[in-house]
Amino acid sequence: MNVKLYLWQRLTAALMAPLIITHLIVIFYATANGLSAAEILGRTRGSLGWGLFYTLFVVLAAIHAAIGVRVVAAEWTGLAGRSLDVLMWGCGLLLLVLGLRAVIAVVVP
Amino acid sequence: MRQRTTAHRRNTLWIAAMIHRLSGVALAVFLPLHFLALSLALESEARLDGFLTWSAQPVVKLAETGLVFLLAVHLLGGLRVLVIENLAWRPAQKQAAIAAAVLSAALALTFFVRLI
Repeated sequence: MNVKLYLWQRLTAALMAPLIITHLIVIFYATANGLSAAEILGRTRGSLGWGLFYTLFVVLAAIHAAIGVRVVAAEWTGLAGRSLDVLMWGCGLLLLVLGLRAVIAVVVP
Repeated sequence: MRQRTTAHRRNTLWIAAMIHRLSGVALAVFLPLHFLALSLALESEARLDGFLTWSAQPVVKLAETGLVFLLAVHLLGGLRVLVIENLAWRPAQKQAAIAAAVLSAALALTFFVRLI
């Protein structure tokens, strides 16, 4: 991992910490009385705040996970060089696309 | 010839680093599935509700409890790393790592008890 990736990894981690704490609180709160689509969508649909929250969360998680997967693959598999970059970008873009699609699904009315 | 040793694998902080790594990989594998499940709302509210009804099975609740543990332990383990790298060194690293794991397990257990 080069310095730039290291800094991105740490920056996204620091920015995600308060988001994860909030997410854990929401998980506890939302599951207290059983999950339902009405409960989830009632909270998120049309909400600019939750839309921005989850969009930022997805972007940060995609970057953080992609770099993390690259590090693990570099140390635990025979991958090196360009293959690692392909893996990192593939992982990041997959998470970004699926994540933003999920945000649209639960936020856009 | 250099002799390979695995003695370091019994070190608390090596175990903490391994837990951090494995929890990160597990969360990276889980995230696409989480996103796909939420995207069922694109089809209809009923499709998402169908999935949520399926997820009420005990085995799924147990898996969700595991995910809460993974998320909490990755968060707390990551915060410990950020503190080491950015603040003055504190000697009680093993205790901090153990506290992170215990707190994560307590959180997950609380989640499970509330869920069932």
